[in-house]
Amino acid sequence: MDASNKESALNVNASSIKISDVSQDGDMLTFAITSQNLSGSGGVCVFRTYEDFIWLQQSLFSQEDVPELQGVIFPPLPDKPLPSHSHTQAKVLKQLGFLSLGDKWQIYCKALELYLQQVAAHTLLSKNKELYNFLSSSESPGKQRSKKGIFNRLSQVMEEMRKEGHKDVDEFFQSERDKTTNLSVLFKVATEKFLEVVLTKQKLALACGHFSTSLHLCVNQENADAVAFSKICLKLSDIIETMKRNFEKVSDNDMSTLGLGLELESRYQEAKREMLFRRTCRLVELDNANKNVDRAKPNKKAHMEEVQKATQKEFNLISSVAKQEIVHYHRTRVQVLRDFLIDWCEKQLSTAQESSTLFSQYLEACKGLAV
Amino acid sequence: MKMAASSERSPPPFPELEDQELEPELEDEDSDEGADIFTGSTLSSMDPPLPVSTSEPDKDIFSGPRAEPLNNPLSETAAEQLKAVSGASSKAKGDVPVEEAGSEEPDDLFSDPLGESGAELETHTSNAPLLDFSEEPPKSDPIKKAASADDYIKKPQKDIFEESTEDGVKAAAAHVGSVAAEKKVLHTDLFGDGVDDDEDKDDLFKTPPGAMMKKPQASLFRAEPDDIFPEAKTEAKPATKASAKQPNNAPTDLFTEEPFTVMPAARAAVKPAAIPSANTSSKTNGLHSDEEDLFAEATVELSLDSPRNDRRKRDAMKPSEPVPCPSTSTSSSKPQPKKLEELEEEEKEDKFDLNISVTNPEKVGDGMNAYMAYRVSTQTTLSMFRSKQLTVRRRFSDFLGLYEKLSEKHSPNGYIVPPAPEKSILGMTKVKVGKEDLSSDEFVERRRAALERYLQRVVSHPSLLQDPDVREFLEKEELPRAVSTQALSGAGFLKMINKATDAVSKMTIKMNESDVWFEEKLQEVESEDQQLRKLHGMVESLVNHRKELSVNTAVFAKSVAMLGSSEDNTALSRALSQLAEVEDRIEQLHQDQAANDFFIFAELLADYIRLLGAVRACFDQRMKAWQRWQDGQNMLQKKREAEAKLLWANKPEKLQQAKDEIGEWEGRVSQYERDFDRVSATVRKEVMRFEKEKTRDFKKQIIKYLQSLLHSEQQLIKYWEAFLPEAKAIA
Repeated sequence: MDASNKESALNVNASSIKISDVSQDGDMLTFAITSQNLSGSGGVCVFRTYEDFIWLQQSLFSQEDVPELQGVIFPPLPDKPLPSHSHTQAKVLKQLGFLSLGDKWQIYCKALELYLQQVAAHTLLSKNKELYNFLSSSESPGKQRSKKGIFNRLSQVMEEMRKEGHKDVDEFFQSERDKTTNLSVLFKVATEKFLEVVLTKQKLALACGHFSTSLHLCVNQENADAVAFSKICLKLSDIIETMKRNFEKVSDNDMSTLGLGLELESRYQEAKREMLFRRTCRLVELDNANKNVDRAKPNKKAHMEEVQKATQKEFNLISSVAKQEIVHYHRTRVQVLRDFLIDWCEKQLSTAQESSTLFSQYLEACKGLAV
Repeated sequence: MKMAASSERSPPPFPELEDQELEPELEDEDSDEGADIFTGSTLSSMDPPLPVSTSEPDKDIFSGPRAEPLNNPLSETAAEQLKAVSGASSKAKGDVPVEEAGSEEPDDLFSDPLGESGAELETHTSNAPLLDFSEEPPKSDPIKKAASADDYIKKPQKDIFEESTEDGVKAAAAHVGSVAAEKKVLHTDLFGDGVDDDEDKDDLFKTPPGAMMKKPQASLFRAEPDDIFPEAKTEAKPATKASAKQPNNAPTDLFTEEPFTVMPAARAAVKPAAIPSANTSSKTNGLHSDEEDLFAEATVELSLDSPRNDRRKRDAMKPSEPVPCPSTSTSSSKPQPKKLEELEEEEKEDKFDLNISVTNPEKVGDGMNAYMAYRVSTQTTLSMFRSKQLTVRRRFSDFLGLYEKLSEKHSPNGYIVPPAPEKSILGMTKVKVGKEDLSSDEFVERRRAALERYLQRVVSHPSLLQDPDVREFLEKEELPRAVSTQALSGAGFLKMINKATDAVSKMTIKMNESDVWFEEKLQEVESEDQQLRKLHGMVESLVNHRKELSVNTAVFAKSVAMLGSSEDNTALSRALSQLAEVEDRIEQLHQDQAANDFFIFAELLADYIRLLGAVRACFDQRMKAWQRWQDGQNMLQKKREAEAKLLWANKPEKLQQAKDEIGEWEGRVSQYERDFDRVSATVRKEVMRFEKEKTRDFKKQIIKYLQSLLHSEQQLIKYWEAFLPEAKAIA
């Protein structure tokens, strides 16, 4: 996630990766991804669909020549966008949360953008050739392997049940596992609750809109008697309209900063948990290998010891990578959350100031209204 | 028949004259113009014989209608006013000025006010100015008389005088003054008794300025013709008397033929009739109704048309009206607004002078007999109260009782009586059971606020404030226990309103001819009711969403707090805990704002929906008054038919009884008619007042609301400003 990827094979500036546009064609969203190489000279723009993103993620997962990959916290790819009309708003909302909000998938694009930046900034992952292709080749990447991913998931769930409780040999990892399980739930809940807050604000904005429009209907210009009252109604309508815009702005601020931040964080916690789980699986394998060595008959003992050593070595490698990753993740997540919080706070502050200026103007205007 | 004839005939010439000749002239009219008219009218009497010829129709009309009201008021005002001033000697004095006026002229015509007015009426309706010159010279006299009459008629006329002289239209002012005075006096004599008179006069004064702003002319016309019309009827009466002796056609002749021919008959009748008329007002009333005879025959069959005829007649009379009207409305454009401001100031002062608060709701007693008592505190400098600080304890049913008393007394007169808050059995039961939960607290506070608003509305009504029951409610230590307030509980009240609405809608069909203003207003009120209901629904949903937001924010705050406590990074943990606190405060803000939404808007709208019910009820009262009048007319006609039959059958022995009955019903009908006119005037005034009050109320609430919004935003700014360094401190 740091930009310190000098030795990476990727000649792309991670922070320059942007999703500049999104177009919708039926159920298909196509994202326009622009990026610049490190020298800052040439800019590239490619068009990718969500399937391409899945393909990229799969390629990252399955780099067979890199054993330490198991210890990597993979930047989490957002869930599949559901632009179709066949999906109800409620379902989309439930699946995607904050990512489904905003005009034209704006929040979702932001999340994808963050994903690409994080992948590109990752010391190990950025070396992947496919990433470079993904970012710069004008051709669509090869066939997706998402099927396997689904199987992975399913089997993971099964295994999870058995292996989640496996006692760790390392206290550090044991406590990380416990904390992550706890935190990821908390973040998920917080995200959901915050989503409800934002949705309520949107409802309020809508209600204000209706109210303001209805006030316009009360205006009766034909009758001279009612002119004064009509004026009052119009004023009130303006005020309510301002309230509405205020709610809209506040909820936009919420979703584009803290909302996105919380969502990202809870996905990352999940990714971390998956990584820890993969390591736990290795640990289980190692334990089995150790048992096998103990129980093995003499003629097979040598082979078993070999296997056990290899497993031990692999496990140690994964553990050390995982440790680094966790430390690194902790540092960056605080940074990321901090940035979101500050951004949020500043935006809310300026919105509140704007509104309060408007309201005080209205107040003066109303006081001056001759009735 | 006669009515139809006259109304058909008279309008055509008038509107043109009015529009083309009268109006412009009058608008341009200055003091010297006014003088011209003076001389003009006297001159026209000199070159009499050709008024009918179109060459100088304007002059005729000027001299005719304009001068007439002048002299008419003189004699009449003088007579009436004197009557009021010096009861017994009224007759003599009443005669004196008139006779002086008429001394140079045909005595018989002018010897008494009625004669004059009879003649005048004919000129109005038949548009035959011929009569005028005979009358004119005396008129100029009377005008001078008017000045002298001022002395007698001090109050009313002076007001108008001052008002109009301010405008610098001196000579015209005399016209206006006297014409208006006439109106007022007529008004007076319409409404009879002393105390009422004063009020009614005031009313007259107040209404026009209000209406003036928008439709100066129309309102003047409407306010005044009402009064003039009955007068005109009075005048027609002598003719009726004559007609009683003569064949039925005679009255028709009166109006259609040249007045000259009629005059003798009228004169003959007038002499005897005039004397009693001067005697007592009650007698005059009797005579008033006599005239009904004429109208009844013509209009009872078209009883629906009679109001329309009224209007036509009013239209027909317009030419005479513009005289006062433009001069008052255009020239007094300055003083009028001033007056309005004064009025407003007055009202504001009222509010300032009288501060009512309802506080300290307290449960008294236990179980199902428990009730809530409130402290009603009054702060006032008004001398009508016995002290500047009044505090009493009242229970809810006392408030309902007050409403019942007020509504019983005032709504039949067309007043908008603010409705008391509804009973809520559910809400009160909760309180009684003693559940100390949020909803019962909310209920009590809501009711307390509603009671306070109710009382404030009552005392801000100038007429209701004067009511002894209101004073008693605010002052007296112990009130007799209000009974039978049950009927007003929630559903009952609604039912009542609905019933009223039904009745109104039923009657509107029958009455839709009567007065455009009322018809339009009623429609407006109804559509406004719909709109307010819609708005109320929206505000309610706003309030609900706001409450939901507050709840959600609280939940989020809790979850952030948990995040904070589980977080390893100390700075982040601290910031999250701070954020949880911020969110808690924001939750409070949302809650407060929800209460503001509710109390400032939802309750305001709910109040006005109920007030609109009261407005409709006052329209309903007007309908009822009209209905009573129409029924009375029908009854009178039946009595007359019976009399005619008796005459035909030549049964003198029963004739007297029939005549007595007719007399009785004539009295009733004219009473009903005056009732109707009075209720109409009150309703109109009340509706105007209601609208003004409504606008002011809404404005006040909006300002209050804006202040609350502003406060919320400022609090938010404070919160965020405090939180920003915390966020930045995360390492």
